Amino acid sequence: MRRFALIAIPYAWLMALFLVPFLIVFKISLSDIALAIPPYTPTMKDGFGALIAGLDFENFVFLTTDSLYFKAYLSSLQIALISTSLTLLVGYPIAYAMARAPQEWRATLMMLVILPFWTSFLIRVYAWMGILSNEGFLNQILLWSGVISTPLTILNTDTAVYIGIVYTYLPFMILPIYAALDRMDDSLIEAAEDLGCSRMSAFWLVTIPLSKNGIIAGCFLVFIPALGEFVIPSLLGGSDTLMIGKILFEEFFNNRDWPVASAVAVVLLLILIVPIVLFQRNQQKQAEAEA
Amino acid sequence: MSASVFAPWDDPTEKPLIRFKNVTKRFGQFVAIDNLTQDIYAREFFALLGPSGCGKTTMMRMLAGFETLTEGTIDLAGQNMADVPPNQRAVNMMFQSYALFPHLSVYENIAFGLRRDKLPKDQIDARVTEMLKLTRLEKFGSRKPHQISGGQRQRVALARSLAKGPKLLLLDEPLGALDKKLRQETQFELMDIQETTGTTFVIVTHDQEEAMTVASRVAVMDEGRIIQVATPAVIYEAPNSVYVADFIGDVNIISGTAKPAGPDKYFVDWGANQAPIVATSERPFSDGQECHLAIRPEKISITMEQPEEAENAVQGKVLDIAYLGNLSTYHVELPGGKVIKAQTANTRRLSRRGITWEDPVWIRWNATAGVLLER
Repeated sequence: MRRFALIAIPYAWLMALFLVPFLIVFKISLSDIALAIPPYTPTMKDGFGALIAGLDFENFVFLTTDSLYFKAYLSSLQIALISTSLTLLVGYPIAYAMARAPQEWRATLMMLVILPFWTSFLIRVYAWMGILSNEGFLNQILLWSGVISTPLTILNTDTAVYIGIVYTYLPFMILPIYAALDRMDDSLIEAAEDLGCSRMSAFWLVTIPLSKNGIIAGCFLVFIPALGEFVIPSLLGGSDTLMIGKILFEEFFNNRDWPVASAVAVVLLLILIVPIVLFQRNQQKQAEAEA
Repeated sequence: MSASVFAPWDDPTEKPLIRFKNVTKRFGQFVAIDNLTQDIYAREFFALLGPSGCGKTTMMRMLAGFETLTEGTIDLAGQNMADVPPNQRAVNMMFQSYALFPHLSVYENIAFGLRRDKLPKDQIDARVTEMLKLTRLEKFGSRKPHQISGGQRQRVALARSLAKGPKLLLLDEPLGALDKKLRQETQFELMDIQETTGTTFVIVTHDQEEAMTVASRVAVMDEGRIIQVATPAVIYEAPNSVYVADFIGDVNIISGTAKPAGPDKYFVDWGANQAPIVATSERPFSDGQECHLAIRPEKISITMEQPEEAENAVQGKVLDIAYLGNLSTYHVELPGGKVIKAQTANTRRLSRRGITWEDPVWIRWNATAGVLLER
């Protein structure tokens, strides 16, 4: 009974803040657009029977008829995958260096990683506009130092989106990897070298496998928000940067088509949940096989 | 000495496997190893013994290649090891923490070094199977390190470090994490394995009993220097300094001044109102030289009555009795306050223990019982 009470709290939390809102969104996605407040029909005012009868999968079918949505999902996946890989490439060495740093520096280094969070996310993204624009700091420095003769166009391209995502989500990659590396026993590397590994192969054969969980956690923490990212592509990306977050925003606020927007959101959630669930089941099976 | 006794260090024609020549290692201002010269021979079980911070682990890490030398050279089988990285040395190490790879099975841990040598699959399999058998781990090959007991982990670490057939195996406090009973069993296992494989073992330990049990020679270290290197028996019975005598086992140290009293024989004046102690020593002492007599407690006997014809006999009072089961140690206070430990074996199960606290007793020992030391 006490065990039940203990797990009831997180479950109740999830119910109230995830499942119930999701069911509402799901219900809206099955509704039809209407010129009313709220802008969809049927609602509870029509009675329960009419409400159930009025629901259909029209909006999901609609998503398949317009290639825009498919392209947006695909492009979002692509951008999220590429920026997750880039974040990993940048974040791993930083986490590695932090874990190898002298003990007395580590708290400071950790602080430096977290420090950007103290400034508003929006302001930081705006700051990147100042850095990346044609007359921005980056171009001015490169022009002044003679590396380039004409300014680079970075702002309003996918490159700017990658830079923005990598910059914003880097701490989410660094922290779990750092936690994994920090726990690692240094003598494991010495043992690997002692048994004939070069520094490099010891890294691939011991350090990487032992930080695997940190890498996976970091990738999820970056990939999931990056997939639905809205602010970064709309501020830094160009008109041809197609991301599902932008589509979602437009459907909700420009078209006021809540049912289609909800359908887009539900599909996005499915795209995220299916691989996570599969991965979790795989992990569980592995753990069971070992036990 | 018969020919079958293993003592290559006494044979001047024997070439040492390892040669430390004037090795110094400094960490900043701290001198970890101080101008150390030492030979270790093939097939030896060489123990480095000392308190923590004496430099024994540094010495081992220099052999493995994890520490560079500040000065001097280390030769392994006649080759200077200065520029040879750890992964190219025919030296393997068993780590104090075992350093087993947690993501690999026992089998894969043992195969790890062999795979790095790119050996064919069947050879690796044969070697790993052989190692599993040697360490009695046949049933545990597929387990992960966290699924086996501490003693089994210790054996995996040993099997892994032996798998490549190194010329030299380094063992860093190999039994430190085991409980006492398992440790004693494992000591004999280690000796058996060392004998079967014919590998040279260098073991680092702070446990003098362990060093005495397993080693062919023990090097007692202090502050980056080797104080004495000898067989366990010599270290125990003929220590070369008070430090060694005190570090190994229990000892009574009586300080005084020497006075020659015949060939290899000295009187030791050790306190006012006391008859001088008679002691033999091959080490020469001049008249009036300061000296320290080291006597092991088990070489002092204790009686109620005054012994007849004893070379050395002193009367005292029992201060404390430490009953250890197999032995009893009596702390006897002599007139003047000096406390001497005397030990007797409890050979009879239900003997009437005649001696108790506050009893006046006599302690006696022979002239040859102690070692006369300069420092």
